Amino acid sequence: MKGEERVIYLDNNATTRTAPEAVAAMLPYFSEYYGNASSIHKFGGRLAKVVEEGRAKVAAFLGADPSEIIFTSCGTEGDNAAILSALDVCPVRRRKIVISTVEHPAILNLGKDLERRGYTVVKIPVDSLGRLDMDRAREMIDEQTAVVSVMWANNETGNLYPVEALAELAHRAGALFHTDAVQAAGKIPFKLRDMNIDMLSVSGHKFHAPKGIGALYVRRGVRFRPFVVGGHQERGRRAGTENVPYIVGMGVAAELAMANFETENNYVRKLRDDLHNRLIAAIPSVRVNGDVEHRLPNTTNLSFEYIEGESILMHMDIHGICASSGSACTTGSLEPSHVMRAMGVPYTAAHGAIRFSFSRYNTQEDVDTVVEVLPGIIEKIRAISPYWADFVAKR
Amino acid sequence: MWDYNNKVMDYFLNPRNVGEIADADAEAEVGNMTCGDALRIFLKIDEKTHKILDAKFKTFGCASAIASSSILTEIVIGMTVEEAARVTNRDIVDRLGELPEEKMHCSVMGMEALQAALGEYAKKHGLTLPEVKNDDPDDHEGRIVCKCFGVTDAKIRKVVRLNHLTTVAQVTEYTKAGGACGACLDQIQQILDEMNNTVHAPAEVEKPQTVDFDALSPVKKALKVQEVIDKEIKPALERDGGSIELIDLDGDVVKVSLRGVCATCPNSKLTLRKLVQGKLHEFLSDRLVVEEA
Repeated sequence: MKGEERVIYLDNNATTRTAPEAVAAMLPYFSEYYGNASSIHKFGGRLAKVVEEGRAKVAAFLGADPSEIIFTSCGTEGDNAAILSALDVCPVRRRKIVISTVEHPAILNLGKDLERRGYTVVKIPVDSLGRLDMDRAREMIDEQTAVVSVMWANNETGNLYPVEALAELAHRAGALFHTDAVQAAGKIPFKLRDMNIDMLSVSGHKFHAPKGIGALYVRRGVRFRPFVVGGHQERGRRAGTENVPYIVGMGVAAELAMANFETENNYVRKLRDDLHNRLIAAIPSVRVNGDVEHRLPNTTNLSFEYIEGESILMHMDIHGICASSGSACTTGSLEPSHVMRAMGVPYTAAHGAIRFSFSRYNTQEDVDTVVEVLPGIIEKIRAISPYWADFVAKR
Repeated sequence: MWDYNNKVMDYFLNPRNVGEIADADAEAEVGNMTCGDALRIFLKIDEKTHKILDAKFKTFGCASAIASSSILTEIVIGMTVEEAARVTNRDIVDRLGELPEEKMHCSVMGMEALQAALGEYAKKHGLTLPEVKNDDPDDHEGRIVCKCFGVTDAKIRKVVRLNHLTTVAQVTEYTKAGGACGACLDQIQQILDEMNNTVHAPAEVEKPQTVDFDALSPVKKALKVQEVIDKEIKPALERDGGSIELIDLDGDVVKVSLRGVCATCPNSKLTLRKLVQGKLHEFLSDRLVVEEA
């Protein structure tokens, strides 16, 4: 990698740049204050205070009490811990889990695994805009249900889901409600203390903390059984030596996210909308994937019909533009993304779906470059596509 | 991100021979939108010498599909149809230098499109070409193995033979078969087993001695079952990262536990019934019933 090459990073739903402020704050905790926060001596023991400061910042960021925050290694761990705990603490023997068809693999594959262990997993379907079928949700969430887990925001489309209404349905059935808020945290404001969510997982690296740290919120009063068992850390709720530098990093990232929440989100939304509108105007046959009325301010997912996503990404890569695709080819999988298929996006468009996701580090220049470069790329690839030729001939 | 070599990148970014030939003497299309890639090939052929004068293509697909299609046109221009009929996906890969294993199906798509076009031409001119069926290219021979991608056993056999494939994972990389729902993975293994048996047929496989199983004592029975599992079943499962342990023999009920990838494989029931029970019946007794412990 050449450091001096200009990178236009529009893949912030995959991961984000760690905030330089977070990195600076973390550094002393590697080689200078490297003690173990659980030690009895001062050198290590005083780091317990640093851990608690980090916890307080993350709690403030989520609008929760510090005692409700458990540090984890990532979003996936939070998801696993929450669902398995919910199944474990379920007072009567309920063996049903309700999720959605568009969940992240962290939930989907856990669901598959639980099915093999004899649990019933049902998935709430979505419509062509990726909106949840709430009538089906009402039917599915019943007295057999132990836990309902639906993501707050979808990673591919940015669609937002009605988590409070779902939590209400879960509670009426006597079930717990968990949400994977990995994409929502830092992008939409919320205060968990004013909400009815029982458990929520977040991942640091999606909001400018480093990779390898996450948090699980467990509302006070909700019973919890640890997923990682061992030492007494995190008040017995998550064993493993406290990751002091990363906790510091996530604390700083949470603080930064809160400090200028509104300004930054308006800024990001403006850039996103500008790119979205100008691309649709400049390129024919673009399909918008997702619910533009109810989605994250930083995400747009556009299908350039009759061509395939990997070729688009690779052409963009030459210009230093980073985005991602729901196409099969990019991942080595042979099928387009499960989200596109769940939405019933036609195959003419599913393979050519490109996700652009912004952060506060993006600039107007980034948008201008993409708008300048992409129409030519699409035209070039379409000139090779037999289906584009057919489409043009029919028109 | 894929690690494509410079040649693949060159043919992807600057593809040669893109287009259509309005008065083509042969053309064919393979793949479709659902599968994620498709290739339409056009050939201009001298009717007297049967020499390919020009070739053009249009491709829907990823970088390696575009590069494979483009280089294929370069390979065949100047060849007689007979020479072109011998072109395989290996030639495409060799000319490109290399392709990632997961992208081998792109080269296979090129070979298929070429052979379909040549088949059409051969039919029109009453020619017989090696490797090419004189049939209507739409009339796919063989039975469908992979329903998700419409891959037939005939195609799997052909690609296995041409590329010396030995594992199910390779078959998926080269043909896509089994790459979606995975329901046909066992069938692909069977095809591979059959093909390997025919290839190695002359070498007599050492088999456990056939015995009058029912006359044995329970301990001897258990030892025999263990022997068949170790010699005949375990190696097949271990090739795919799985394994099996004999837990107990209770009368005629053989209790086993599947390990490794087999333990979480959705097809494990099929494995138990077809492979394990089949082998035990073959070598010991038809009365044995296999159950997962």
